[in-house]
Amino acid sequence: MIGGVLESLYGLFGEWWIIPRLIEMFVVVSIIIGFISVAAMFLIWWERKISAHIQVRFGPMRVGGWHGWAQSIADGIKLLLKEDIIPARADRPIFILAPMVVFASALAAYVVIPFGPGLIVQDLNIGILYIIAISSLAVLGIIMAGWSSNNKYAALGALRSAAQAVSYEIPLIISLLGPLLIVGSLSMTKIVEAQYVPFILVQPLAFLIYFTCAVAETNRLPFDIPEAESELVAGFHVEYSGMRFAIFFMAEYANMFVVCAIATTVFLGGWKGPLLPPVAWFLIKTFFLLFVMMWLRWTLTRTRVDQLMNVAWKVLLPLAFVNLGITGLVMLLYPVG
Amino acid sequence: MQAVFFFVVAAFTVATALLVVTRPNIVHSAVALIFSFCGVAGIYVLLDAEFLGAVQVLIYVGGITILLLFAIMLTTRIATRVDVFNEQMGLSALIAGGITAILVYASLTGIQIAGEAPAPVETTPALGRLLMTTHVLPFELISILLLAAMVGAIILARREKE
Repeated sequence: MIGGVLESLYGLFGEWWIIPRLIEMFVVVSIIIGFISVAAMFLIWWERKISAHIQVRFGPMRVGGWHGWAQSIADGIKLLLKEDIIPARADRPIFILAPMVVFASALAAYVVIPFGPGLIVQDLNIGILYIIAISSLAVLGIIMAGWSSNNKYAALGALRSAAQAVSYEIPLIISLLGPLLIVGSLSMTKIVEAQYVPFILVQPLAFLIYFTCAVAETNRLPFDIPEAESELVAGFHVEYSGMRFAIFFMAEYANMFVVCAIATTVFLGGWKGPLLPPVAWFLIKTFFLLFVMMWLRWTLTRTRVDQLMNVAWKVLLPLAFVNLGITGLVMLLYPVG
Repeated sequence: MQAVFFFVVAAFTVATALLVVTRPNIVHSAVALIFSFCGVAGIYVLLDAEFLGAVQVLIYVGGITILLLFAIMLTTRIATRVDVFNEQMGLSALIAGGITAILVYASLTGIQIAGEAPAPVETTPALGRLLMTTHVLPFELISILLLAAMVGAIILARREKE
């Protein structure tokens, strides 16, 4: 049906196909933003519930009736209505631009997430490389936010974040290379199609390295020293309030969804699974990984800066190289076809 | 259609590049430089070189400029305004103009660097194969160069500690 509507639209404009093309792009982006907002609101509520139950509390219980399900919606409306405050000595253009950069990079990554067979905005043949490249923009937004706030806590948080993201990006990419060697393609759809068994069984080490780095890349506990509430107040977004803060918050959850979606695609067989429809399988696997991330956050303590760097450079990176080397060797000795 | 996108991206790239050289605040320059790099990546994508586009963003935006910003933030004189129009303006204008003239001449007459082969449909596997076969020596040489730079940086950092 959607295809038919599109075709008639293109037919209507004929040579001016740029107009239906723009309409199509606008609709797709609206759907993605809608999905991100709903998913982020759900995840925030979910995280509050999980943290509460881990700490033997109830969490939000009142708004909306059933277990406080409408709490995030209420919070969102509250943040929308807040006054827009920009510190007097902040660097205005960069201060305003920073949340947009962070959110845009999260948004752009959704283009190549394969929710199901054919359910992908654009199956780029450099899919996974595109996600990695785009998500490096998020660090930039964090540095911009930290610097422009003109606040020592924000600047410290931004510096820590940059150091952490640059360090963890390397083992993250190299751990992905193992499965990619087996697939022989960077396209997200082809990666899923190539998995007769989920790659987590073939590449368990790569999965563990990837997931550890993913937690660090999203600045979450046990790797949340860029935000470290107890020492840096809130890190890079300490001066942000109202909707600008909400955008940072939403981008964090959107990014969490992206890294878990990549893990699902590359290691857990993507949309594949028996009985249930493919989209359901994809979402179940991704939300399970998100649950694991929240579980880790509320059960582990924060690492120190030196421990953080040691783990990245002296443990994860060599392990990722070993994994890549073994994969390459096995592929060379036992070629599949 | 391609042309429309090209002009939008090219105008964006040039505008942000102009910001890089005219802003008195060095952090603003660095941020504008990032957007300029993104514009260049966009041009690569328009030329069907998606791999190059993605690597452009990954290396220049994700790596180099972030380290650049990192270094700027660690220096003490962040907030000082630099006078960009100083006495070296004439000299730099001459050099930039000269390079532009060479580039315009080269792209108009078409200097033949490589043989004219039909562009492969998927550039990524083709690039990978070439790097591992025909161009393996330069590839390895660059790796050694980068390794040497890394070792050098570590030695410099160590010496300061003593």
